[in-house]
Amino acid sequence: MKIGVIRFPGSNCDRDVYQVIKSVGGEVEYVWWNEDNLNYLDGIVIPGGFSYGDYLRAGAIASITPVLEGIKSLVKEEKPVLGICNGAQILAEVGLVPGIFTVNENSKFICQWENLKVKTNRTPFTKNYKKSEIIKMPIAHSEGRYFNQSIELLKDQDQIVLQFTENNPNGSLNGITGVCDESGLICAIMPHPERASNKLLGSDHGLNFFKGML
Amino acid sequence: MIYNVEVKITLKKGMLNPEASTIERALDLLGYEVENTNSYNTITFQMEDERKSEIMKKVEDMCQRLLTNPVIHDYEINIS
Repeated sequence: MKIGVIRFPGSNCDRDVYQVIKSVGGEVEYVWWNEDNLNYLDGIVIPGGFSYGDYLRAGAIASITPVLEGIKSLVKEEKPVLGICNGAQILAEVGLVPGIFTVNENSKFICQWENLKVKTNRTPFTKNYKKSEIIKMPIAHSEGRYFNQSIELLKDQDQIVLQFTENNPNGSLNGITGVCDESGLICAIMPHPERASNKLLGSDHGLNFFKGML
Repeated sequence: MIYNVEVKITLKKGMLNPEASTIERALDLLGYEVENTNSYNTITFQMEDERKSEIMKKVEDMCQRLLTNPVIHDYEINIS
């Protein structure tokens, strides 16, 4: 299983994600924003950061780069795609997952640990968790407030992946902080599983996201 | 002919605008009592074409594809 880690100008979690995939036994490779042939890969992670300086809207500029065309082709082959933080914003901007992650309710950059509920384990990334399991991972964003015009469809189609438990730090709709497409193969989450990959860091609850891809 | 294009991007009615509420609170700190504060983005550029209608078509396309996110934004195009 070869996983591609996408790099845009401004990505800054790429090396963390790379190391974690390697540590769980995956073969991994960096892929630049201007590559559009990704057929040799078995899965994709779009890491966090501030692609293109978050200009216009977080993820907006990245969403029109050639690599996204490559990702769309991989999606047709039913290969898994995980977007973390800025990666999640990009997947929402390009419309591969429903809704949008926009400016936090309190306008602040929020960087803290959160206890999150795994709402579905039908995705490759969450299949190693129990449904409704509480996991600890950090968030770090200023544009993470999830919004969607309709939540009913998300519920009906089991597309809510992660939800805040004790509080709703960024004002997300129903505390949602991770969603997937209808198939469950494309997943966009604001919390950082790669930063919860070792007990020394405070939690290793994020490892399953990467193990599930392999 | 060269046209001046202005795209005004606003949040859809009812959408929370954290920037505007922060500005309102800051004005309050300075002692100004204001309400219903709003903010929006304006993008301006120039384009050359014979027909204004062609430019309008292209700018509409830009708004759909990049300049706005239809989930949360409304927009207004002015060409002069």
